[in-house]
Amino acid sequence: MRPALHAEWTKIRTVAGPLWLLLGMIAATVALSTGATSVAHCTASGCGGDTTRLSLMGVYIGQALVAILAVLIISGEYGSGMIRTTLTAVPRRATAFAAKAITLTGAVAVGGTVAVLGSVLAGRLVLPDVGDQALSLTDGPTLRAVFGTVLYLILIGLLSLGVATAVRDSATSIGIVLGLLYLFPILSQTISDPDLQRLLEKIAPMSAGLTIQATTDLHSLPLSPWAGLGVTAGWAAAALVAGGLLLRIRDA
Amino acid sequence: MTAPTVAPHRPGQRAGRDGFLQLLHAEWTKFRTVLGWVTGMVVAALLVVLVALLTGVSSDQKGSPAVPTGPGGEPVTDSFYFVHQPLAGNGSITVSVSALKSSIPKGPGDLRPGTVPWAKAGLIIKDGTRQGSPYAAIMATGSHGVRMQDDYVNDTAGPPGPASAESPRWLRLDRSGDTITGYASTDGTNWAKVGTAQVSGLGSTAQVGLFVASPQAVVGLGTTGSVSTAAFGDLRFQGGWTGDEWTGAQLGAHSPTFAGFPENGSGSFTRSGGRFTVTGAGDIAPAVRYSLPAAGTLSGVLTGTFAALIAVIVVGALFITTEYRKNLIYVTLAASPRRGRVLLAKAIVLGAVTFVAGLAGAVLAVPLGERLSRAHGVYMFPVTPSTELRVALGTAALLAAASILALSVGAIFRNSAGAVTTVIVAIVLPYLLIANPFMPASVANWLTRVTPAAAFAVQQTLVRYPQVANPYTPYNDYYPLAPWAGLAVLAGYAVASLAVAAVLLNRRDA
Repeated sequence: MRPALHAEWTKIRTVAGPLWLLLGMIAATVALSTGATSVAHCTASGCGGDTTRLSLMGVYIGQALVAILAVLIISGEYGSGMIRTTLTAVPRRATAFAAKAITLTGAVAVGGTVAVLGSVLAGRLVLPDVGDQALSLTDGPTLRAVFGTVLYLILIGLLSLGVATAVRDSATSIGIVLGLLYLFPILSQTISDPDLQRLLEKIAPMSAGLTIQATTDLHSLPLSPWAGLGVTAGWAAAALVAGGLLLRIRDA
Repeated sequence: MTAPTVAPHRPGQRAGRDGFLQLLHAEWTKFRTVLGWVTGMVVAALLVVLVALLTGVSSDQKGSPAVPTGPGGEPVTDSFYFVHQPLAGNGSITVSVSALKSSIPKGPGDLRPGTVPWAKAGLIIKDGTRQGSPYAAIMATGSHGVRMQDDYVNDTAGPPGPASAESPRWLRLDRSGDTITGYASTDGTNWAKVGTAQVSGLGSTAQVGLFVASPQAVVGLGTTGSVSTAAFGDLRFQGGWTGDEWTGAQLGAHSPTFAGFPENGSGSFTRSGGRFTVTGAGDIAPAVRYSLPAAGTLSGVLTGTFAALIAVIVVGALFITTEYRKNLIYVTLAASPRRGRVLLAKAIVLGAVTFVAGLAGAVLAVPLGERLSRAHGVYMFPVTPSTELRVALGTAALLAAASILALSVGAIFRNSAGAVTTVIVAIVLPYLLIANPFMPASVANWLTRVTPAAAFAVQQTLVRYPQVANPYTPYNDYYPLAPWAGLAVLAGYAVASLAVAAVLLNRRDA
């Protein structure tokens, strides 16, 4: 396992793409978060909603860059034929796959932490004094939102890795991942049946997972924060299992 | 790499051998022989239809009361407090309004004095008390001065300023056949004509009298019910009046377009001699999104456009990036060394295929979705056949422009994952942001002006009425740009990126 991990780490480290994608992810996340907090009508009594959630809105775009990173880790190898070298060097495909997943997790954890902390810091700088009480990291729900958002980004990365391993084509994989993330919330807006709408919000990887950012009005949410993140974890696990199985049984 | 040498034109060569038509044909052959791309287009069309079916089937509003419609067929709010008596034949009625005060709730059961700009108090002549029947009215309003309105959609401004005890507004309605004339005065002696309305369908005996309406007040991104009270005086009338018996009632109390009275509010009228105090809620106006929150629109039926977008963006990007990955680009550029034309041919083929797929999807989805929604009791905002055609063609054009944008960005990036993500994020993310409750209307309007998401304006069918307060935001299907102007924004992005891609393709080594 260690050599496989080392190999994956070398691959991700020595290509310019992943680093730029992570930097881009951090920049885009912080930029969107800052933009959102600065245009929202915030007064001393708050912003008419969950301030923490507002200041972490950048993950809407950050997750897309995480998805590219994750997809390229595997489908880039299929595109260039590198996958055959990888699997020759590490013939146990489960090990090779696990090494990729762990390396990705590490990279996204670092990048995600910087992006999320940057967003919170930007929120504290932008928002009026009283409003930023909600953005203190010593506050339990805020800490849960910050930590949970990093976990959410990791899970989106793993989901994308699983989908990309199963689909192998990068454009199609990224289309499927972004479709899973963005289409559910749009679809649930047009469903007029409230039960079905709530069900869609419960099973959608993005809507459910981002309940981890909620710090107020928890009782009005369709899911509790951790249960919501659990739904995203379920999607990621299903994608990883499907990708892993297909990697095992198919020719590379 | 040096510029490729091109063989000079040989006289013996068949005309059109390296012509643009051949290039188009070559690109079309490439497209139709890749199973995945053709499948992608079919999937895009199917997604549009499937989501339309889903929105239809998933709704259940059977048994909901009928939405009142006005003389023009448009849905209307026709709920107000009416103090009336019959008028046979021609006649006129005059009254003064010396106060119009509104209250809006600040919390459950907590009514506070507030401003409702379109609160209305005045005179109305109406065919009867049936919902949606023709009428003409002259009124003082909360902050829009005196207005003359008829048949729900027509609105003419009269003398400005609010009515008060120091400065009352005198109003007069005059019926002569189907012609109703409204007059207003600020002193009770000098009268100015505000407007004339031809109201067809008024019976020989019409109901005439005082009315008070108090529409929902816009608070932030939502609305809240309100109630208004007006003081009338100097009531005088001429013509075929039956007597001095006045009947008061809240019209349309159970209408779906009436939000009801706020808690602690109710309609009433009291009379002492020639003075009347009337309290009412509701509105007499065309219905908008907030009066019919559960009603369906074409853009709702076509929500599948978002799913189709993702499919056509993936195919569009792959149409060029696959050439790089499979090194087919060398063959393509060797066969047709004028690189800009290759890109143009690709854009035309891709755009045409996407347009056809999108049109097929939309043309099937619109009638199917509408019919299914209606079958499940959903009221659909009415559209003219030409609007329906515009929405279908516009949806197809939106998808085509998005696929060309994906092709161009794919040619610029030469990386499909980056191209697909960029284009999806550029089109879909602004839409997600405008649906976010934090976004102020000004930002939402700005986002739907300058980002590629402006193109969804082509699916809007709801009409803005200046005389109705409503959160006219893109989230509620009111886009800041006209339908085709919105589409032009996306088309502009597609053309600009295609130009950049052509320049880069010429400059860079393949």
